[in-house]
Amino acid sequence: MTIVQIDKENWESSIKKLFGAYRLFGPVKEADFHNFKQLEAGQLPDLSCLNTRLSPKSIIYPQTEVMFKYTLDENEEDHHILKEVDKDYSPQAVMGIRPCDAKAFELVRLNFDSPDYKDPYWLNAYTATTLVGLACESPCKTCFCTTAGCGPYHEEALDVLLIDHGDQYWAKVLSDKGDAFVTAAGWTDAVDEQPAIKEIETKKKTAEDKISAFVKTDNLRQVDTNELYNAKFWEEVSFSCINCGTCTYVCPTCWCFDIQDENRGSQGCRIRNWDSCMYPLFTLHGSGHNPRGTKLHRVRQRFMHKLKYYVDKYDAGIQCVGCGRCVRLCPVNIDIRRVCGYMNGHVASAEACEV
Amino acid sequence: MLGYIDKIKEVSKRLLEEGQVEMVIGFRKGTLSMMNEPHFARTPAEVQNFVWDSNCGINLCNYLTNRTEKIGILAKGCDSRNIVTHIIENKIKRDQIVIIGVPCKGMIDRRKMSSLFEGEIDDVIEDEHNITVKGAGFEKILNKKDVLQQNCAVCIHRNPVIYDERVADLVDEQTDIDRYADVREIEALSAQEKAAYFEKLLEPCIRCYACRNACPLCYCPTCFTDESRPQWVGKGQDTTDVSTFHFLRAYHCAGRCTDCGACERSCPVGINMRVFTKKLEKDCLELFGWEAGLDPDVRPPLDTYKPGDPDDFIK
Repeated sequence: MTIVQIDKENWESSIKKLFGAYRLFGPVKEADFHNFKQLEAGQLPDLSCLNTRLSPKSIIYPQTEVMFKYTLDENEEDHHILKEVDKDYSPQAVMGIRPCDAKAFELVRLNFDSPDYKDPYWLNAYTATTLVGLACESPCKTCFCTTAGCGPYHEEALDVLLIDHGDQYWAKVLSDKGDAFVTAAGWTDAVDEQPAIKEIETKKKTAEDKISAFVKTDNLRQVDTNELYNAKFWEEVSFSCINCGTCTYVCPTCWCFDIQDENRGSQGCRIRNWDSCMYPLFTLHGSGHNPRGTKLHRVRQRFMHKLKYYVDKYDAGIQCVGCGRCVRLCPVNIDIRRVCGYMNGHVASAEACEV
Repeated sequence: MLGYIDKIKEVSKRLLEEGQVEMVIGFRKGTLSMMNEPHFARTPAEVQNFVWDSNCGINLCNYLTNRTEKIGILAKGCDSRNIVTHIIENKIKRDQIVIIGVPCKGMIDRRKMSSLFEGEIDDVIEDEHNITVKGAGFEKILNKKDVLQQNCAVCIHRNPVIYDERVADLVDEQTDIDRYADVREIEALSAQEKAAYFEKLLEPCIRCYACRNACPLCYCPTCFTDESRPQWVGKGQDTTDVSTFHFLRAYHCAGRCTDCGACERSCPVGINMRVFTKKLEKDCLELFGWEAGLDPDVRPPLDTYKPGDPDDFIK
């Protein structure tokens, strides 16, 4: 592991060097808020951003992605045959990603890169991506990363961790990809490691101490699934829900998609779009039956998936990194921290089984 | 408005105790500043959780749809007009609900508030006229009037138009309000400029449908966006599909929208989609002299025909 220092006065010139080697993404402020965008040559990522409105998941997993093209025109060769579309999987780097959003890719990976299934689109994009994180110095009030298996300086999923250090950035190299990135940027000025590590530890502790929101997850594995499913609190939790897809679309760990064929004349493509378990159509059967026919069903599914089924299936913690976006952006203020408390604290009762 | 809560609790409790209603729909305190959550009480004791302040912007009429209980419901001016629309459209029977009228002085625009400050807002404390905003390294007192939701700033029906109980004296209605300055600006654009304006407006849309789902008017069993046999509109991020959704959604609200602002308030990416519904509202007013949701006994212009209806569009 190496830690290099970059004087902020050299920051712009070093970023410029990266454009030849990577497609660069970073936080960009548009109107009232930041989102990750592909940077134009010479454009700097805005590292003053607390966090982006939407998560960076779309960089690897676009909301709409064309998978195949086809033609129904019998005069054309290969008509009626699905053909892969060309994709750009050249190296790309996400600068200024927060440790929580990076960790989210690790959680999502369990779904897209399993022993049984490999999702080529997600995996190819992920493999092509270098994650250059920015440690959080000022977590939001809605951040609860430290109790969601993550933290403001969490390194687990990153290739490089940038740390704001006055008139310098420190870059902690965490992987081979990170090494290549730092080399491409020309960041070679290594710092004396031991004191730096000590200082980073102190800064990390300071940042972690600023986190003011927490969830308890210690009991989620033990709670009986059926009892949790039938718990009475779901009516209260789901009442205010309007069943929009905001929580799922802003979530860095929600991965569900829908596949559609879109035709125009004799030409068509097969695309996949993000989908949301909040939508009735998500589970509507061809017969017309909907196994999740009410909003209570759907709200419960979202929380059960993140905080129970995922926990049980993968034994890798909750399917949440505590970024707080769903809390901040829910139109009606449904708060996963409150719901997690209900679920983790659920005590089996005779009543619960009656439902 | 801050003084309403005792009366709200008193009325709600009484309605539940007397068995006049099975549930009362109101708000409980949210977990974030400037957010309260729609909430219900089924027992007199649960009424204690209710709150009322300038962060009750969600339209509670949305929570009546398809419910079968006898319901007590808190209703601001806009909520009450949507209840009237529900009654007109046979979505609910008048005798299924006890309307608890809440005269309103406008709701705080949390999006505008956030944009006024660099850092995160920690706390917002309001009194009758002012709000004190506290955050990391700042504290500022703002006039509530300056940070109201735009629909509230131009509202001319703050008092409930229909109610069985009322929690306070009626408030003065705003007069001399220019409700449609923004609409006129867009009307003045050329077709091409309009298209460009709308494309830019809708560019951030992620199709979460929060605008549709926060709207009490959107209660179709199957929305046209969800229709799959046959499919009416593409589901991807294609700009034509995105704008088709927004335009059609707005048209379905013609003559029904009360400009409650729930759509804008709910949007996670800050789209001012009210410009669409306001244009239709303005047309209804100018062409038919119609304002939605004022009288349960008058049929709306789009489901009646009168010989004098404007027909200039027939060329």
